[in-house]
Amino acid sequence: MQLTVWTYEGPPHVGAIRIATAMKDVHYVLHAPQGDTYADLLFTMIERRDHRTPVTYTTFQARDLGGDTADIFQRACLDAHERFKPAAILVGASCTAELLQDNPAGLAAALNLPVPVVPLELPSYQKKENWGASETFYRLTRALLADRAQGFVRAERAPGSRPRCNLLGPTALGFRHRDDITEVSRLLAQLGVDVNVVAPFGASVADIARIPDADFNISLYPEIADVTARWLERTFRQPTIRTVPIGVGATTDFIHEVVKAAGLDPAVADTVIGSRLPWYSRSVDSTYLTGKRVFIFGDATHVIAAARIATEEMGFTVVGVGTYTREFAREVRALAEKLGVEALISEDYLEVEARISELQPELVLGTQMERHIAKRLRVACAVISAPVHVQDFPARYSPQMGFEGANVIFDSWIHPLMMGLEEHLIGMFRGDFEFSDGAAASHLGAGHGSHTAAADARHDAVPAPEPVMANAAISAIPPAATGASIIWATDAELELKKIPFFVRGKARRNTERFAIQQGVDLITVDTLYDAKAHFGR
Amino acid sequence: MTVHAPIAPAAGCSEPVVQRQRGQHAVFCGLTGIIWMHRKIQDAFFLVVGSRTCAHLIQSAAGVMIFAEPRFATAILEERDLAGMVDAHEELDRVVDQLLARRPDIKLLFLVGSCPSEVIKLDLGRAAQRLDKRFNPGCRVLSYSGSGIETTFTQGEDAALSAMVPGLPASGTPEASLLIVGALADVVEDQFRRMLGEMGIRNVAFFPPRRSTDMPSVGPNTHMLLAQPFLAETARLLETRGAQRLAAPFPLGVEGTTAWLAAAAAAFGVQQGAFDAATSGPRERATKALARYQPELGGKSIFFFPDSQLEAPLARFLANEVGMRIAEVGVPYLHAKHLAHDMALLPAGTLITEGADVDQQMDRCREARPDLVVCGLGLANPLEAEGLNTKWSIELVFTPIHGYEQAGDLAELFARPFNRKARLKVGAPQSRTAFARQGDPRPAEAASCS
Repeated sequence: MQLTVWTYEGPPHVGAIRIATAMKDVHYVLHAPQGDTYADLLFTMIERRDHRTPVTYTTFQARDLGGDTADIFQRACLDAHERFKPAAILVGASCTAELLQDNPAGLAAALNLPVPVVPLELPSYQKKENWGASETFYRLTRALLADRAQGFVRAERAPGSRPRCNLLGPTALGFRHRDDITEVSRLLAQLGVDVNVVAPFGASVADIARIPDADFNISLYPEIADVTARWLERTFRQPTIRTVPIGVGATTDFIHEVVKAAGLDPAVADTVIGSRLPWYSRSVDSTYLTGKRVFIFGDATHVIAAARIATEEMGFTVVGVGTYTREFAREVRALAEKLGVEALISEDYLEVEARISELQPELVLGTQMERHIAKRLRVACAVISAPVHVQDFPARYSPQMGFEGANVIFDSWIHPLMMGLEEHLIGMFRGDFEFSDGAAASHLGAGHGSHTAAADARHDAVPAPEPVMANAAISAIPPAATGASIIWATDAELELKKIPFFVRGKARRNTERFAIQQGVDLITVDTLYDAKAHFGR
Repeated sequence: MTVHAPIAPAAGCSEPVVQRQRGQHAVFCGLTGIIWMHRKIQDAFFLVVGSRTCAHLIQSAAGVMIFAEPRFATAILEERDLAGMVDAHEELDRVVDQLLARRPDIKLLFLVGSCPSEVIKLDLGRAAQRLDKRFNPGCRVLSYSGSGIETTFTQGEDAALSAMVPGLPASGTPEASLLIVGALADVVEDQFRRMLGEMGIRNVAFFPPRRSTDMPSVGPNTHMLLAQPFLAETARLLETRGAQRLAAPFPLGVEGTTAWLAAAAAAFGVQQGAFDAATSGPRERATKALARYQPELGGKSIFFFPDSQLEAPLARFLANEVGMRIAEVGVPYLHAKHLAHDMALLPAGTLITEGADVDQQMDRCREARPDLVVCGLGLANPLEAEGLNTKWSIELVFTPIHGYEQAGDLAELFARPFNRKARLKVGAPQSRTAFARQGDPRPAEAASCS
């Protein structure tokens, strides 16, 4: 049993629904109790889809358990086929039906429906949403390509014909998948590469059957496409491009890989129009970005991409990385090692909150969960990854991938931050009443950023950790970083308060660490500045 | 002259027509009730013992928003719990220890059963007794099931209230008391308390209480007035404790609220003059507030998909007070006894469908082309895309709609879709380009930038 307050991923059958909903003519018959139909609203409300999700839930009830739930399942299959006339049917069970062991695969097979029926085994008590999406895409693709896989021989591409590729992985309810497809397709068109099939997003069953016609595959979202891409590689000799084109560097690498895989003239890579990000990052106003401490958490793909952008393209310092995607924990651990930080592999949002609290970053790049954590801790935050929220489906064109994606990322990451001189002015004139701790960056206006009602409520509820005793020369303040008994002199405490709140925690920890190292047990103003000189910024 | 109780409905030709259906249901399970219950009882915590699906359901139904740390969580069952590799009861004890250590402010903990916990027959009643022995006093531990195989949406509240009934203190005085049963918005409770006080009914308690330490007492002198139509089991258990149910329509709109208050007034022997003095002001305000919406809603047809069990009282309100035409009233299940007054006040021959086959209901709805469809969130946008106006049914559970002062707000909820339609000059369904399945066409500015 695991105590869970909020979850990063739904159950695996929700992943399967993301595949079915992304496609044009696939229907999913899900053996599930009443209530599991809540999954529909993820698509109609969060993504604002204008069609019902193509899912028939059996919605059995307690009174059915003694009777024949298997019969209910078979009737649901027949009705769904009759009513929706799908080109292929997925069948499976949600967590409760899994316990009933009704065997949806066998029951559906016995009906001899005239369309492909693909059974899904998605162990609800072990696996989660992304795994379910990956497994569903793999099983469906395998089933629909079973005939073509027999004795497949790859023909040489006709001379003069344009190279073709497939874009694999985008789904319904994906983080910016809609716009990434557009951006990557546009990039490929500039290079002279045609997109053969995009799947599962927008694909029909007939489209899946055409996947082997392409020269190579692009795995846009490894969490969902990697398993399928590997099978296509083995079965149809289609190489896979695995570099995910998020950020300027990764997009450039991606272009070179595409050029190579497509057998194009390498000079074509230079014809693509780039991003504004490199110049914006070198523009003098961006010196305020240099060395900003960032914490990154999300799905593995977006975390790995964000870490590269943060370090190489913005000049940030990454103080921590983590992911809830256990399937890609190895990759994130490798990244953490390269960055010299500790990886946090966890689906426990309380653990993530504790880590952020401990690291005291100046910017959090995370999911909607981290957005709320950051709000509470009064740290700036930008959202880089699923789980998605209605805000992650903006009306405007807003990709993460390609050069336009890099532009979007530059804007969305710096938006929550204090701008250049404003930060300096706050440091200089902290006595100004409008520059109080709670004041957010001026371009965000009231009610945004750190100074929100929720943050205030939290702030009010938790006793401030800096009680200064009246009429006493010293105050006993529990040290933030250690269990040692260090005492802050009142004047040192007041001096500490003159440091802007977003770096004050770090200054406090550094000073206490310094005091311990030096064997000092009363922190004075001098200790504070000694520590500052010792550690630098 | 004292106030008369609402007249018991006579059976006869004006009865609604009830049809029953089986098939796919598009309704929430009882766990969803936690979303409002955990805010209503401010020192209670709801621990669902279930699957990742349960956790995801509550989080999704709550809108995936984290404004404050919620007073609910899920103990997610894992493979080793099911395979018997660990003792589920020991695991549960460990999780509860962990939880109560984190939240020492919690005074009432509900262990909430789910579909998986019911199917594997995990005895949460026994677990609650065991844990209650350990933590009470300090924290009481109760259990109920919010599973989808047993409860539909608002029945989760019924189950939670039922779990509290045996622990309610017995009333020690012979003095008559009024117990209003069903979670209401705090502001609505205050309004009712004020009006009842003006009539001279001062011994009034609400169940559930705002704090678990303020449990109302119950006994043979307790008159109970149901504020919600989905509390069958709670009412039954309160009756076994001696409470007498006052039959009335539910307090939605002027008609419902007046009759509902009259039931209380009659039981307490309130004089007609005192009743009128207490209610005439708010009643006139409500009548005036409703008058604004009659031109907008009058003559318009409405179709209810099954959701909360509030459908029949809502239909009664919309038909009688703003003049809407009722095309169909879908209800998840029908508690005929508690709904008797509301059903009798429905226009003759109103079609009530108990249970549902959502696909067939969609067919009937498209056929009927009602002016407004009340439905769940999964169906609303698809129906809007087909050119039908919709009202999310869940909003009717999450908004203060009871009583006189909210009658206008209630009508406004139904008027807003028409208001919006009248304002918007863009995007009528027939001119709209298909979204969803093909993905958006790339906007022009993306092509020309950089």
